Amino acid sequence: MTMVSDPVDDFTKRFMSDPPGHSPAQPGVRLTEQQLRARRSRSIAIALALGAFVIVIFLVTIVRLGGNVLTPPM
Amino acid sequence: MSLTVARVEPSIAGVGDYIELMKPRVMSLVVFTALVGLLVAPGHVHPVIAMTALLCIAVGAGAAGALNMAYDADIDALMTRTAGRPIPRGRITAGEAAGFGMTLAAFSVVSLGLLVNWVAAVMLGFTILFYAVIYTMWLKRATPQNIVIGGAAGALPPMIGWAAVTGGTAIEPILLFLIIFFWTPPHFWALSLYRAEDYARAGVPMLPVVAGEQETRRHILIYTLLLAPLGVTPWLFGYAGPTYGIAAAAVGAIMIVLALRVRAERSGYAASKQMFAFSILYLFLLFAMLLVDRSSGLLFGHVAL
Repeated sequence: MTMVSDPVDDFTKRFMSDPPGHSPAQPGVRLTEQQLRARRSRSIAIALALGAFVIVIFLVTIVRLGGNVLTPPM
Repeated sequence: MSLTVARVEPSIAGVGDYIELMKPRVMSLVVFTALVGLLVAPGHVHPVIAMTALLCIAVGAGAAGALNMAYDADIDALMTRTAGRPIPRGRITAGEAAGFGMTLAAFSVVSLGLLVNWVAAVMLGFTILFYAVIYTMWLKRATPQNIVIGGAAGALPPMIGWAAVTGGTAIEPILLFLIIFFWTPPHFWALSLYRAEDYARAGVPMLPVVAGEQETRRHILIYTLLLAPLGVTPWLFGYAGPTYGIAAAAVGAIMIVLALRVRAERSGYAASKQMFAFSILYLFLLFAMLLVDRSSGLLFGHVAL
């Protein structure tokens, strides 16, 4: 864990003081190959979990409603 | 104006680390005992609802495991058995694990309530709270009776399974609760006998650390003597057939023999390791036999003696 002091000054120096046409040096965080792989696997797992959750909600809704889904109340 | 912000390294945790955080082996036993509670309960529940209930219980168990690891990261790092867990290894931070656990806990309880019923959901919420707060945060570091009282959390899943079907409780799931409740101490004390150094290093007041080996061996025998007859009670109360009764008595007798060997052991931990290993099989067999007994009853018109 790295401590960074005065982020407002840091932000100003990086993004607001450079002359036009001059790109700021190293903005943001660059992920390593391992971090990218880990993030990708986590993203896929979250997508699968959400997909499974949607399917569960769908199936339970069908089971709970049963045949009544085709006979709406008058 | 002066501000200080902490820059946290991006996570390298993979899916496997998060699965490990949910204690999959404990989860499998929780799911199995909940399944038995669900299947032996009277009444009918749609298979989709039953599967949803089991999924919620599994996720709830995983949440409890993650919250336990988040809080216990400091002592886990000191014990050989737990030093390889994701937080001590530096794969996941304790804060991430706590967030993960709380999210899963909220999702599992609310989903169980909305999709199955609120009695089961309240029981699941209580189980997670009991394990994470009463056992992990309070009892584990405070008293050698930690696993005796904390064992209630692990004993509740059959009652949750039962409640998922009936929306309530009865004597039969309470018997299943009591079986697991009295099974937990001899199971964990057998383990703690040969892991006592680990627990002592971490400052966890397990019975062998606080009261010594002989006292622990005596306690194992006492609890096993209470457990073996309890294992037979589903038959004695008329909830299971004689096949279950005889089989439960047989495996209970093996448990008593093993506990006597642990009691007599003067050097080494061969008997303790054997007791620990067989105790897992014992619980599995007991619940599996209950399931077989109930299934055969449904198929062939079971009549309880």
